[in-house]
Amino acid sequence: MTTDFFDIDSALSEEERAVRDSVRRFVDERVLPIIGQHYIDGHFPLELVPELGKLGVFGANLPEEYGCAGLNNVAYGLIMQELERGDSGVRSFASVQGALAMYPIYAFGSEEQKRRYLPKMAAGEIIGCFGLTEPDYGSNPSGMITMARRQADGTWILNGAKMWITNGSTAQIAVVWAKTDGDPEDKSIRGFIVPRGTRGFTSKDQKGKLSLRASDTSELVFQDVHLPADALLPESGGLKSPLMCLTQARYGIAWGAVGAAMACYEEALSYAKTRVMFDKPIAGFQIQQVRLAEMLTEIVKGQLVSLHLGRLKDAGRYTPQQVSLAKRNNVSMATDIAREARRLLGANGILAEYAAMRHMANLESVYTYEGTHDVHSLILGQAVTGINAFK
Amino acid sequence: MKIAVCIKRVPDMESRFKIAASGTAIDETGLKYDISDFDAYAVEVALQINEKAGAGETTVICLGPDAVQETIRKALSMGAEKGVQLRADAVPADSLAIARALAAELKDGGYELILFGKHALDTMTGGAGTMAAELLGLPCLTAASRLEVTGARATARRELEGAAELLEFPLPAVVTIDEGIARPRYPSLKGIMAAKKKPLDVKPAQLGSVRVSVEKMELPAERPPGRIVGTGPDAVPELVRLLQTEAKVL
Ligand SMILES: Cc1cc2nc3c(=O)[nH]c(=O)nc-3n(C[C@H](O)[C@H](O)[C@H](O)COP(=O)(O)OP(=O)(O)OC[C@H]3O[C@@H](n4cnc5c(N)ncnc54)[C@H](O)[C@@H]3O)c2cc1C
Ligand SMILES: Cc1cc2nc3c(=O)[nH]c(=O)nc-3n(C[C@H](O)[C@H](O)[C@H](O)COP(=O)(O)OP(=O)(O)OC[C@H]3O[C@@H](n4cnc5c(N)ncnc54)[C@H](O)[C@@H]3O)c2cc1C
Repeated sequence: MTTDFFDIDSALSEEERAVRDSVRRFVDERVLPIIGQHYIDGHFPLELVPELGKLGVFGANLPEEYGCAGLNNVAYGLIMQELERGDSGVRSFASVQGALAMYPIYAFGSEEQKRRYLPKMAAGEIIGCFGLTEPDYGSNPSGMITMARRQADGTWILNGAKMWITNGSTAQIAVVWAKTDGDPEDKSIRGFIVPRGTRGFTSKDQKGKLSLRASDTSELVFQDVHLPADALLPESGGLKSPLMCLTQARYGIAWGAVGAAMACYEEALSYAKTRVMFDKPIAGFQIQQVRLAEMLTEIVKGQLVSLHLGRLKDAGRYTPQQVSLAKRNNVSMATDIAREARRLLGANGILAEYAAMRHMANLESVYTYEGTHDVHSLILGQAVTGINAFK
Repeated sequence: MKIAVCIKRVPDMESRFKIAASGTAIDETGLKYDISDFDAYAVEVALQINEKAGAGETTVICLGPDAVQETIRKALSMGAEKGVQLRADAVPADSLAIARALAAELKDGGYELILFGKHALDTMTGGAGTMAAELLGLPCLTAASRLEVTGARATARRELEGAAELLEFPLPAVVTIDEGIARPRYPSLKGIMAAKKKPLDVKPAQLGSVRVSVEKMELPAERPPGRIVGTGPDAVPELVRLLQTEAKVL
């Protein structure tokens, strides 16, 4: 690929490259030919899920003993990069499945829950979603009002609503975060596994999205949902638990955004070399060369940020604040690159036949979810100044 | 069944090639390598035969420098059980020498079926498979577009110009594989992890005397730029004349 300007390939192991190449081929052959139409139709390509499961992308950095691939975090990041080179919706599906549904079961679940769910989720036979955001609590999940009350027999009654939930209508299980036993403090937050079909649990597709159209985004409603005692993720406790999941997902997003940017740059470059205007390819005009040079520079920087963050994560030495920096930088640069690519393509740039505008619109969701750009600015601001600007 | 698949590591054919300073080889800097397409089909065919039978073992064999181990591991990550590298500093231009080294390895392997790609994507000689069959004294069938095994016999289909032929032959045999026979599977991520733990033997390639070598390599001549002979219907007679007299395609 022309985007590997710094020969970053040479900093990857053979195995990391093999993983990347396998997912790359899958995206080229199975995702790119169909995704434009799915985007127009406002539909997630569910038929890809068993194939993605067979390939092994879901929870690929979780251990083999639970049916996962047991990859390192760099290889996992490369998977996210390649999936988002296809579409942010496809990457979102994999992020939610792996980092937001499988990871909490792995990190906070009982051995029984892990054995019961993880292998089937790795295979794509059980789809999961992650319910944290509520209609009135987005950037501030600690304010959530969804409540689970423990009954005398140890079972739970869950009430509340979650909004903007990726895979919400497709999932067989929802990992739902709720305060417990009437305690309004965020230290009472625990995670619950809520299977579809449980009485009182309904979901509704969120209509009218102009971004991430090839993705299921839904509202979940819990009305006196009666859950068995073992629905609780026993090791979860406090807001820290869902935030740990978000750190996993944000890590993948930092890589994914680079993939979307790579797709836009490649498209812009090839268009610029072939589109003739004023008797020469537009790539020959200085304005377009500046555009392409800027894009490439930002992509290379983003690649290096992701890779180094991955190496730190693999060494067990990364911090959530570093993840914030990477998510914030890479998603922001990808939104800019997608827009510039779209502009370079002239009128063709507004068509779904080309990828740039689809990525451009998708990335607005990515900019907002998993901590908005602003929220990550404040996280970094607090990290460097020691002053909390949230309050 | 015990199947051997002989595979080759080749550069990505979409690359922009340059000739090395020696003038007898391509410049390898910056090139990406992968298993030759027809060989990947052959690996897929072998895996499918053994999967259908519910038992068996596929061994991939590759001749070349240590870099070919990556290509072998790719086949292992698809699902082959064993790999063998026949180590040589470079792959010689002499197909017979290659066939000799492969035959020496294949001879006592107890393979019931030996597969090759119909030719390597880079050199396109198609010689290694047929010559190895000859050296092994086995029946050989080239460019199979379908292959079915029943007991100790097999049938294969070959595509001809406007027709096809169906052939039958006893095993063991050597078959070279054409495209369209099977889509090589995506190496699964678990498969990639597992490949690291599979056996990969390294042995010296017994090439014998190498009699054919590359004397000189040349890139195709630059194509002359296109020419506009005129516009509209008036230009047609001139165009036809040039196609007849100059391009000689009519
Ligand atoms: C497509 C999509 C999929 C999603 N999937 C999921 C999912 O699967 N699960 C899930 O739980 N959630 C999901 N979300 C929700 C997402 O995490 C939230 O949208 C996000 O946290 C922001 O919350 P909000 O939309 O309520 O915006 P708000 O929090 O209302 O923010 C509005 C604006 O105010 C800014 N702002 C907020 N607080 C501050 C502050 N202190 N200082 C300065 N500015 C501030 C924000 O940056 C933003 O610009 C998804 C969202 C989208 C769009
Ligand atoms: C929704 C829509 C409605 C439209 N409606 C009409 C209509 O009603 N009637 C009509 O006639 N047209 C219409 N157009 C066409 C519109 O005017 C053209 O799209 C526009 O002129 C750009 O031409 P292009 O798309 O061919 O892009 P190109 O001309 O191919 O430009 C591609 C890129 O190259 C850049 N570029 C071009 N020349 C140079 C240069 N010399 N130096 C540096 N950069 C250069 C451009 O800025 C652009 O980024 C419409 C377009 C759209 C998208």
